Amino acid sequence: MKNKVLIGNGQGFWGDSILGPIRLLREGPLDYLTLDYLAEVTMSIMQKLRQRDPNAGYATDFVTLIDRVLPELLEKGTRVIANAGGVNPHACKDALLEVCRKHGATGVKIAVVDGDDILSDLDRMIDGGEEFNNLDTGAPIGDVRSRITSANVYLGAFPIAEALAGGAQIVVTGRGTDPGLVLGPLIHEFNWGPEDWHKLAAGTVAGHIVECGAQCSGGNFTDWRTIPNLSMVGYPVLEVEPSGDFCVTKHEGTGGLVSVETVTHQLAYEMGNPESYLTPDVIADFTSFRLKADGENRVLVQDTRGLPPTDTFKVSMSYSDGWKSVGQLTISGPDALAKARLCAKIVWDRLAYDGCEYSEEQRLEEYVGAGECHAGLPGGTSDSPSEVVLRLGVKGPDRAKVARFGPELVPLVTSGPPGVTGFAGGRPKAQEIIGYWPALMSKHLIQPTVTVVES
Amino acid sequence: MPTVPLHRIAQARSGDKGEGSNVGILARSEAAYTFLAETLTEARVQDFLKEINFGGVTRYLAPNMRVLNFLLEDSLGGGGSASLKTDAQGKTHGIGLLRLEMDVPSAVLDATPPPPA
Repeated sequence: MKNKVLIGNGQGFWGDSILGPIRLLREGPLDYLTLDYLAEVTMSIMQKLRQRDPNAGYATDFVTLIDRVLPELLEKGTRVIANAGGVNPHACKDALLEVCRKHGATGVKIAVVDGDDILSDLDRMIDGGEEFNNLDTGAPIGDVRSRITSANVYLGAFPIAEALAGGAQIVVTGRGTDPGLVLGPLIHEFNWGPEDWHKLAAGTVAGHIVECGAQCSGGNFTDWRTIPNLSMVGYPVLEVEPSGDFCVTKHEGTGGLVSVETVTHQLAYEMGNPESYLTPDVIADFTSFRLKADGENRVLVQDTRGLPPTDTFKVSMSYSDGWKSVGQLTISGPDALAKARLCAKIVWDRLAYDGCEYSEEQRLEEYVGAGECHAGLPGGTSDSPSEVVLRLGVKGPDRAKVARFGPELVPLVTSGPPGVTGFAGGRPKAQEIIGYWPALMSKHLIQPTVTVVES
Repeated sequence: MPTVPLHRIAQARSGDKGEGSNVGILARSEAAYTFLAETLTEARVQDFLKEINFGGVTRYLAPNMRVLNFLLEDSLGGGGSASLKTDAQGKTHGIGLLRLEMDVPSAVLDATPPPPA
C-alpha cells in the first residue's frame, strides 16, 4: 500500500479551462487526475443531444483533452477519473477508444461506471411506491412527470474504486457525487471499507475542497490583491494518507495561493448544514476536522469524523419548465439611468401594443452599473452611473410570446433616447428553461455497473 | 465602539444553484468569530439583504473553521436555468454581506488583523 496518494482536480465545472488538467500533468507529480464536467442542468442538455444523435450525450471536452494529453498520461502512468459520461458513458468510452487508435496506443484500459440513469425506469419505480417528492418544496412528482427530460441518481465512490481495481487507467462515469471522484481512488488505494466512516468522511471533505478547481487555491478569494499570479493559478493537489488525514497543496512554481483561508473559503462553498454533509457513502461532519498551515502553500486537514450514510440515494431530475429570453443594451450618459428606464418602458409599451404583456414575475429589468448585484446595500448602488447596461428578460410557458420579446430590443438604437449601443449580440432568442427536481429514492433499487475494456 | 464594515473582520464565499444561495462568512480571528456568533444573527442578515433575499435565512456555525454559514431561501430569481438575473448563482452575495456596517468592540478589532490594502 502507498503511504501517500497524490490527486489533482483539473476541472471544476462544465466550461472550466482546459489548461487546468494540461498543467497539472505537466507541472508536477500526480497519481490521479480527477475532472468534474457535470452540473445539475447538464444531464438534461445531454439527453436532448442524445435524442438527436445516439452517439452523443457526453462531455466531448473530455475526449478533446485526452486527445491532447494521452502520450503524457501513458508515459507517466497517471490515472484519470471523469464524470464526462453524462447520459451516454459508453459512447464516451467508444470515442476514447477511437482516440487511442489514432495515437496507436494499445492495451489502455478504460472503465465505464453507470447505472445512475433511471429515466426509463421512472414509471415502474413510481408504480412500485417510490414517491420522488421534490426535496426542496415537498411537491409531488405528478406535477412534472410528463415533462421530465432526465433522471439520474448520484452514485457513490465504491463503483469507481471497483473500476480502478479492474486495472482501468481512465474511468468514465455518469452522474455521481463530485467528491466521489476523489474518494474512489482513496478507497481503492487504501482498501477503505463501507464502514470506515471517518476515513470516508475525510475523503469526502478532500473531494469537496478540490471539486471547484482553483476556487480553493486563490480563485474567487476575498483578499484578492494578496494572491500572486492568478494567470498561472495552480489547480489543487491533495496528498492523502491511509488514515484519511491529508494535505491540500499545489505544484511548485504555479500561481495562486493555498492557505488556511483559501481552503476555508472553498469548504464553506455550497456547504449547507456543516454537521451533516450527505453523500451516498457517508455523512461527513464539517465541524469535526482541524485545519493547520504546514509551510508555504500547504494546509493539513486532520481528524475528520463521519457517520453512517442514509438509506436513500439523491436523484437529480430535470424537466421542461417553459421558455425565457434575455437581452441587453448599453446606454451612455449623460443621464444614463433615466434613459435606460425610458428604454425599458418603451420595450414593454411596444410589446403591449402588439398584444404581449408580461406579468411582474415574468419579466426582468436590470440596470447593471447602477447596483443590481448589491441592490439596497450601502455602497452597492448609484443614482448617477456614467453608463448603464440595461438587461431585459421575459419568461413563461408560451414560446411564441417569449420569442416576441427579442426583436423589440435592438430597434431602440434608432427609436429611443440618444446614446444607446451595445447591440452586437443581435436579437435575443427564446431558450427552453430546464427545471431542476431533486428527490430521494430507496438505495436497494439501484445497481451500479462497472465495465472495463481495452484499446 | 468603532463602526466598521463586516469586511474589516471577516471574509466571504457564496453561491449555489437552486432557489437560494449559500453565504459563508469567515471570521478573520477567534475574537471576531466569537463576536459574530453573538451579533451576526439570522434576523440581522435577513434585514440587511432584504432587497436581495425574499425568503427566510438559516444560520449554521462551524467553529473549527471560524465559519458562519447562512442559507438564503429565495435569492436567485427562481434559480438554475429559470432565473433571468445577472447573478443567478449568488456569486456576489458574500461580498455584498461584507458591506454590513457593525459596531465592533476595540478589543475585537485589536485582535483581528485588517484585510491587506
